[in-house]
Amino acid sequence: MTALLTIVILVFILIAIWQMVKIFDLAQAKNENSQIATDKDNTLNGYLMMGFLAFIYIITLVCVVKWGDLPLLSNSASEHGPTIDNLMAISLAIIFLVQIITQFLLHYFAFKYKGEKGRTALFFADNNKLEAIWTIIPVIVLAGLIIYGLNTWINIMGVDESDDPIVVELYAQQFNWKARYAGADNTLGKANVRLIDIDRANILGLDEADPNAQDDIITTELHLPVGKPVLFKMRSQDVLHSAYMPHFRAQMNCVPGMITQFGFTPTVTTEEMRQTPEMIEKVQHINDIRVEKSEALIAKGEDALERYEFDYLLLCNKICGKSHYNMQMKIVVETQEEYDAWIKEQKEFKNSLIN
Amino acid sequence: MSAHEDNHAHDDHGHHHKETFITKYIFSIDHKMIAKQYLITGTIMGIIGIMMSIMFRMQIAWPEEPNVLFEALLGKWAPDGVMDADIYLALVTIHGTIMVFFVLTAGLSGTFSNLLIPLQIGARDMASGFLNMVSYWLFFLSSVIMVLSLFVEAGPAAAGWTIYPPLSALPMAQGGSGAGMTLWLVSMAIFIASSLLGSLNYVVTVLNLRTKGMSMTRLPLTIWAFFITAVIGIISFPVLLSAALLLIMDRSFGTSFFLSDIFIQGEVLHYQGGSPVLFEHLFWFLGHPEVYIVLLPALGITSEIIATNSRKPIFGYRAMIASILAIAFLSTIVWGHHMFVSGMNPFLGSVFTFTTLLIAIPSAVKAFNYITTLWKGNLQMNPAMLFSIGLVSTFITGGLTGIILGDSALDINVHDTYFVVAHFHLVMGISALYGMFAGIYHWYPKMFGRMLNKNLGYLHFWVTAVCAYGVFFPMHFIGMAGLPRRYYTNSNFPLFDDLADVNVVITIFAIVGGAFQLVFLYNFFSSIFFGKKAEQNPWKSNTLEWTTPVEHVHGNWPGAIPEVHRWAYDYSKPGHDVDFVPQHIPLKEGEEELQH
Repeated sequence: MTALLTIVILVFILIAIWQMVKIFDLAQAKNENSQIATDKDNTLNGYLMMGFLAFIYIITLVCVVKWGDLPLLSNSASEHGPTIDNLMAISLAIIFLVQIITQFLLHYFAFKYKGEKGRTALFFADNNKLEAIWTIIPVIVLAGLIIYGLNTWINIMGVDESDDPIVVELYAQQFNWKARYAGADNTLGKANVRLIDIDRANILGLDEADPNAQDDIITTELHLPVGKPVLFKMRSQDVLHSAYMPHFRAQMNCVPGMITQFGFTPTVTTEEMRQTPEMIEKVQHINDIRVEKSEALIAKGEDALERYEFDYLLLCNKICGKSHYNMQMKIVVETQEEYDAWIKEQKEFKNSLIN
Repeated sequence: MSAHEDNHAHDDHGHHHKETFITKYIFSIDHKMIAKQYLITGTIMGIIGIMMSIMFRMQIAWPEEPNVLFEALLGKWAPDGVMDADIYLALVTIHGTIMVFFVLTAGLSGTFSNLLIPLQIGARDMASGFLNMVSYWLFFLSSVIMVLSLFVEAGPAAAGWTIYPPLSALPMAQGGSGAGMTLWLVSMAIFIASSLLGSLNYVVTVLNLRTKGMSMTRLPLTIWAFFITAVIGIISFPVLLSAALLLIMDRSFGTSFFLSDIFIQGEVLHYQGGSPVLFEHLFWFLGHPEVYIVLLPALGITSEIIATNSRKPIFGYRAMIASILAIAFLSTIVWGHHMFVSGMNPFLGSVFTFTTLLIAIPSAVKAFNYITTLWKGNLQMNPAMLFSIGLVSTFITGGLTGIILGDSALDINVHDTYFVVAHFHLVMGISALYGMFAGIYHWYPKMFGRMLNKNLGYLHFWVTAVCAYGVFFPMHFIGMAGLPRRYYTNSNFPLFDDLADVNVVITIFAIVGGAFQLVFLYNFFSSIFFGKKAEQNPWKSNTLEWTTPVEHVHGNWPGAIPEVHRWAYDYSKPGHDVDFVPQHIPLKEGEEELQH
């Protein structure tokens, strides 16, 4: 129905435009019909340029005010998160500044120097000084950004094995995630998709003969103890996937045939995150939207939407097929005690096999 | 017949006395006709590509709602009018493919390189008219195959326009990776052949067929842009061809270039030892330069149009050439910035961050030079000029966010989100499209001998400009909020529920913007027949194409080819009565040629 209405409205708009243009043309026929811009056109479009500049500023403002708090610029939940957020904030500040200035110059000049009969443009073809200025300024700014960025990047990607991180394998398949904990020895057992034996419930293809594999733990939820470095080893069994954990500022592709890795330290438990004022507000807002949607659904005789409660998520962020849009896993960050209790309940690999 | 008796490199088509309908309109070897063929084919592909984007935007805004449009256009892919998830991905994939390659590469470069290279350098035609014809018909063939692939039983290619294996290699991974993907690959292989023939022709023509006096430093910037674009194409397209061929081998002949250790649908496949990351390297070795293959011609067109309509020389002619060269060089060593989180060695990520951010420097030079060209000009607000100014605006807006995406540390969190979609649509999609529109409005009189209606042009520009920002500006914000691209619906993530209204706003702007392209189409096609007759040099421009007669003649100039005595940008030069001095006018006594 919406679509039909949209189409009808569009048709009307088009008819209106066509009529308007006809009127335009008829009004002009008396003077000239050269289809080359006249002074009148120059003036009109010059003012429209200023109008458009205002439009750019307004849309920027509206977006920042209305949706500016959506970006994951604050409340990152990992140790390296704030460094990325800082760099992002600095980059955005530079971008907004340059954007505001250059768009102003562009549109203001277009307005100020709109053509008039009899005026002569300035013959100004070259100025080495000016060009040097706008070569050197970007060079300096970019040099700063490059140094800062590379520093951050190297810190994030460098894995410090001396921290004794918890090793967790993230295993991707169309269209779900599994996590494999290394168990008491903190060493993942060898695995290959060729060893997958569905009948014996060896779903990740662990090497049953490998002693390291015996105590591995396979789960469908990812639990992490707060404040402890974790090193993810990513694997995929079929196509490319990408393990995207936006709250932790973490992402790495899962590539069939190779093991990729990404490490970080979660700093905020799920429970703490739920209690932050920003998150309470965001969740409230989302639930308001969901209540509204539910009313419409109930009116149609369908079930209402569940109330939303915040959870960290692992999303697939590399196109992987039909249900790509629904490939997710819940992440729970908790205290060491809660984590220990949870992991104790999970089955070790050697006990999960069906013989 | 003097045109053909002229002592020129390829007089051998002097024997085309009588042109039949077929040799004139279909298998033409005249570059002006071939340009029009490219333009019209590109326009038709553009209509298909834009329609697709409107359909999947509707699905994003109103997920899984029945829609008569879907029912009518998608048939079995929209049971009861609800779009299927597979066809959603297919639409996204084919939209990207069509817009990048068929519209903004062939449609833009193919049209304007063909039209302008011989006309602006003072040549009778391309170096090889025959290869030029073959190039067009290969493009046409590849377009037909791409369109046919939409009707394949299991669906068209749906692995994203980047067709990363294994998704694109395994029919069991996705319906679209069957016959649809085969046709996609065949179409692209033919497309690449077409593009290479065209590019070789452009390079040879620019190097060899310039008229007397047309030194490289007197070339209009359009030609510089087309020339360098062709060079980048020759360097990078063959690499994509090799990637496509290897992928065909993997798909059909059991090799393992890109595949290894795969377990799918309950069975282990035999592939061993390949790597999808290799494909990503090969793909982006073309894929990134492709961005500049799309963008540089648009920038070249803009340089010409801004100078002409500002009645001022382009500011910093040599700096403009230098920045084109710098961009071209850098474009071939930055591809890894698409792969920061691909599993590639993080050290490589550092290298690619460094090279990528360097591109901002020549880009900034270009932007500032355009702005300075406007300064103290006498701006003639023709529709082409508006689109050129619009291009500079979107080029800045879109280019700036590149310093976030090019920074590997920041890319971790916005990689493959809508932030990327917003960035590249503004900086290469909309900018190049504006360049194409600017070119069409500016050179329409040259192509068809008639004028486009300017009021329709103004309407087209302003609505398009507002809608383009309306679509892509808010998109940055949902990207920064972590919304991944290529999701059929976001309703499985309550986390993103508060982004739903943004998506509705974006879609409405997209629908209005898309609908207003009809204004352009109407203007374009009706003016071919009913437009006002054009004068010889309607925009009072300096370049050589405006010295040719309005009615096309084979060989371009009925008499001798004009000789060139100055650069293309002597606008408002002191000491002349009029505000333009075409390139073929000799220097006055005592007049200095500008040492630009």
